[in-house]
Formats: sequence, C-alpha cells, structure tokens
Amino acid sequence: MGFSSVLPALALCFQEVNTVLELRALTKRYLTHPAVNGISLSIDRGEFFALVGPSGCGKTTTLRLIGGFEEPTSGGIFLDGRSVAGSRPYQRDVSTVFQNYALFPHLTVAQNVAFGLERRKHLTKPEIRTKVEQALALVQLSGKEGRRPDQISGGERQRAALARSLVLEPKVLLLDEPLSALDPKLRKQMRTELKSLQRRVGIAFLFITHDQEEALSLSDRMAVMNRGALEQVGTARELYQQPRSRFVAEFLGGVNWVNGAGVRPEAVRLSRQQPGNGAHSLTATVQSSTFLGNCFHVETRLANGVCCTAEIAQNGCELAPGDSVHVWWNPSDELRIADQD
Amino acid sequence: MSYESPTRINSPVRIRLRAFFIAPGAAVMGLFFFVPLLIVFAYSMLTRGPYGGVMPPWTAESYSRIFDSLYGEILWRSVWIASVSTAICLLLGFPLALYIARSGRHKFLLLNLVMLPFWTSFLIRTYAWMFLLRDTGLINSALEAVHLVRQPLPLLFNSGAVILGLVYGYLPFMVLPLYASLEKLDPALLDAAEDLGASPWVALHRVVLPLSKAGIVAGCLLVFIPCLGAYLTPDLMGGGKTVMVGNLVQNQFTTARDWPFGAAAALLLMALVVLVLWALGRRGEDLV
Repeated sequence: MGFSSVLPALALCFQEVNTVLELRALTKRYLTHPAVNGISLSIDRGEFFALVGPSGCGKTTTLRLIGGFEEPTSGGIFLDGRSVAGSRPYQRDVSTVFQNYALFPHLTVAQNVAFGLERRKHLTKPEIRTKVEQALALVQLSGKEGRRPDQISGGERQRAALARSLVLEPKVLLLDEPLSALDPKLRKQMRTELKSLQRRVGIAFLFITHDQEEALSLSDRMAVMNRGALEQVGTARELYQQPRSRFVAEFLGGVNWVNGAGVRPEAVRLSRQQPGNGAHSLTATVQSSTFLGNCFHVETRLANGVCCTAEIAQNGCELAPGDSVHVWWNPSDELRIADQD
Repeated sequence: MSYESPTRINSPVRIRLRAFFIAPGAAVMGLFFFVPLLIVFAYSMLTRGPYGGVMPPWTAESYSRIFDSLYGEILWRSVWIASVSTAICLLLGFPLALYIARSGRHKFLLLNLVMLPFWTSFLIRTYAWMFLLRDTGLINSALEAVHLVRQPLPLLFNSGAVILGLVYGYLPFMVLPLYASLEKLDPALLDAAEDLGASPWVALHRVVLPLSKAGIVAGCLLVFIPCLGAYLTPDLMGGGKTVMVGNLVQNQFTTARDWPFGAAAALLLMALVVLVLWALGRRGEDLV
C-alpha cells in the first residue's frame, strides 16, 4: 500500500525535471474554426513521441505552433520550463524535419547541413566542417557531401534532412510525416533506422503521422488526436488494448462491435464445434475468406445480422462462404470503452 | 519511365512528317528574317545614294564611322539607359512578383492587373505620360497651384523621363517571368530557412534569389533587349534630346538619308544584344 501511494508522488516530483516540452491548453483558431483546441501534453527528455490522427485533425498545426511557424490563439508552449511565446522559429531550441524534407535544391548535402551552423555566429569554419562531417556520418551519408538533393535517393534525402536538423542539437526534433514521402518498402526500413538514430542521439522526437502502424511501432508514447483535441495519451499497448474511446479503438486497428463489446479481429476465434472450454460463443455464417499472406481474413455474419471479422492464422481451419461457425473470444480481450460516442 | 526524347526514333515517315511541320515556320523565318538580315548587311557595306538608297562601291566605311565619338556616345547612352531601366524594373518587379506568387487565390486577378496596361496602345499611354509630365502638365500645375515650385520642374524631355517611360512600359515583362519562377518556390523552403536561423534577409539572399535566378535572367533579358533598341519612348519622352540607337537608326533612314550607316547601326545593335545573350548564356549554364 505504501509504495503504490508514494510512487505517483515521486513521479510527480521528477516530472518537472524530466519534461522537455510542455503544451498547456494550446489553442489555435482560424477565424472561428478551432484547428487545435486546448491541447495539454508533456514530452520527456529522450522520448520518441508520436502524435497521430486522421488528416485535418490539427496535428500539423500543433507541430507548426511548436516550431514557431504559427502563433497560438491562446495557451502556452514551454521548452525546458521556459515559455517560447513570441519567439521566432530559430530562437527556439527545436528543429523541424519537413514532410518533403525542404532541402535546398541549389545546395549540396554538406551545404544544406552547414546552413544552420553558418547562421550561428560563434562557430568557425573548421568547427562547422567537423560538425557537418559528424552529422553526415551519424546518418550514414558520408561520401555524399557533394551531391545535390536531386542526385540522392528518397531515403538519403530524409537522412540529409535529419542531419541538417540534428547538427543544431535541438532539445526536441519535430518530424512532420517524415516517412510519408517514401515508398512502402523503404518506409519500413527507415522506420527502424529512425528509431535507432533517435536512441543514439538521445534527443526527444515529436513525430506526427496519420499512419497508426508507424505510430504504434515507433513511439515510446503516443497521443491520438481528433478534431483538434487529444483523445488519449499513453504507450502504444495501452492505447491499442485499452482505448478510452471508440475513435481511438477504431483509429488504431480493426474493431468488431458485438453486443456493446469491442473485439479486435485478431482476438476473435472461430471453430466448427462449440468451444470446449466453456467460453460463451455465438453462431455465425462465413461470408468470405481472404488470404492475406500471413493470415486469413474471415468475414462472418452473426445470427443477429451483425458482421464480425476474424483474423486467423494460416494453419487454422479452411473456411468457405456459407459454412457455419462458432465465434468466440477471451473476455479479457474485450475492449472496455468508457464513453460510447 | 523513360525520358528519352521521341525525336530519337528516326523512321523515314517521322523524318518526313517532321519536315512537313517544321517547313512553314522555317520558311517564314528564312524569307522574312534571315534574307532581310542579309540585305541589311549588304546595304551596310555599300555607299549612300544621293537621295537615300544605296549604290556601289562596296566599303566598310559606315562601320568605322560608328566608332566616332558622337555615335559612341549614343551607343554608350543606350546601354546605360537600358541597364538602369532594367535594374529599376528588377527592384520594383521582384517584390511585386513575390507578393503575387504568395497571394493565394488572388494571384490570377493580380496577374491580370499587371497585364492590364497592354489593353491600351503603348503610344497612347506614352502620350498620357507626356501630358502628366510636361511643363503645363498635371504634376507641374498641381505643384504650382500649392506653391511648392515657382518654375515648372523639368520632368519631360530628358534621360530621366526616358527611363521612367521604359520602366513603366517594360515592368510587366519583368514581373511575369519572375512570378513564374517564384511561384514554383516551395514555401517549406522558407520555413526551413527560418527554422535553421536565417533572417528574412538571409533567406532572400541564400534561398529565394538563387532559386529564382532563371526568372531573374529571363526578366532582365525581356526588359533589357527591347529597352536597348527602344525608339518610341526616347523619341517622345526624350523629345529628341536623349537619342538612343533606335532613334539613330530611324534617323539615318529618314532625315539623314544615309542607309548604309543606318544599316550598320542596326546590325551593331543586334550584335550588342547577341553579346548580352551570349554572356548570360555562358553564366546560365551553371544556373540550372
């Protein structure tokens, strides 16, 4: 009992020290329409944080507010406990990696990376050269210094953009859909690279994406955003397994809504016989079965007409449309959603 | 996807088709541009006739006369006035083009406004300027009416008036190519520059200007070349006192009746333009 009450109190004490970026009731209104509506959020030092939501949910605006490209209507942004209100983008210890990287097309990779350093008056030329070399080595772009952005691949462009921002050693790196410009195969590879890079440099990454898989796989913690507000904040597992709203549950993955309970397709079990373990089961008819490579996607229709999708392993029973099956799941796999909107 | 140009495929049918479509244009250019150019060149190498026209013997005397101090001055003045006008057009046109390129859904309206003057004859617009600027014009009478000046200001019939007229006439030719290149500039590049610590001035100098070089070069050419050969504006706004090469050429064919010399001056003007194009072309290679 003692520990359980002391720990949160301790955590509260450390929070101030450990927080690198804090948003307090951040709001941005365009005319009357609120793009960002009272967001409060803190991000820890060295954390990989994903802000995920459908397009138009306000995540890009949030990032632009933090970056300093837009002024908030109300609310505050605190970097290391200090308000950054009214300061220009370059006066803030944050740096942005833009969606299409925004590399300067007329400059070489090395000149792009040096651009920010050259604006800092206290650095000498040899110092700049060393820092550029180090940054390019960090993102494995050594040897491409003299290339122009159009002479390197998409993945290399992304790494050049990362180097250009990281070389300034920001407290928080803001990434605006950094993987969306890449083709799907490269995207998965860059995901791993991005994560390992973040671990090496130890800088907090605030990453926005509309791709829930990306957010789930990359982030230490994530926030789901909808209509300018935060729906839920937590680790990927918390959000996926204990979504607080229908929106979060459905945004992060497939959900079957059966008699008020939510069940993820991969938790749904199908069997031809009544399950022997005494679990409560429902009878259903198979509508279709689609082979997806790593699993089968089976659409069933329950007796009450509700559709229920199951994702079952390849070695599961071969099911054909019209077959009648028993649908069941472990009660612990049910999503408990407080607010039913 | 292949970027090989289709002209690489040289089947006989294609070659004939291509000749068929190119021939009319080439014939017009050849007949009405290249042949007359040869005639002009021939005229420039002949001797003047007593009442205009040309006659033998062949001589290069017209060319040597061009470099007389009097004509050299006219040449120098032409280059100087054209350069100053181009520079002013660039200074005025660049911010305007940048503003239009960044003005979202209003940009087509603004572009049309830039082109609006073309709806009226250039001659009429030049006369309008003269009515504004002359001693008894709107500006001078207004200044006198409020007792700001006693004598009318010499606003017309000088180099300044010529430059004003040229800038007024050719500003749209500067704005349009500048707009075209600035419009392609990704606004995220400006955000990135600011994010990396560039002041607006540095961003302009390090990002916007280098990336709009093609538009700047195109705009300067489109203004400089017609300004260099301008004839109407110096004639009307300069009142015959600010003579440029264009006026010299016209003069030789009309009042002076020295066709060989007029032809030589016209060719020299062309040589100047080619020289400018060549110089810019050489520098332009590393622009793209």
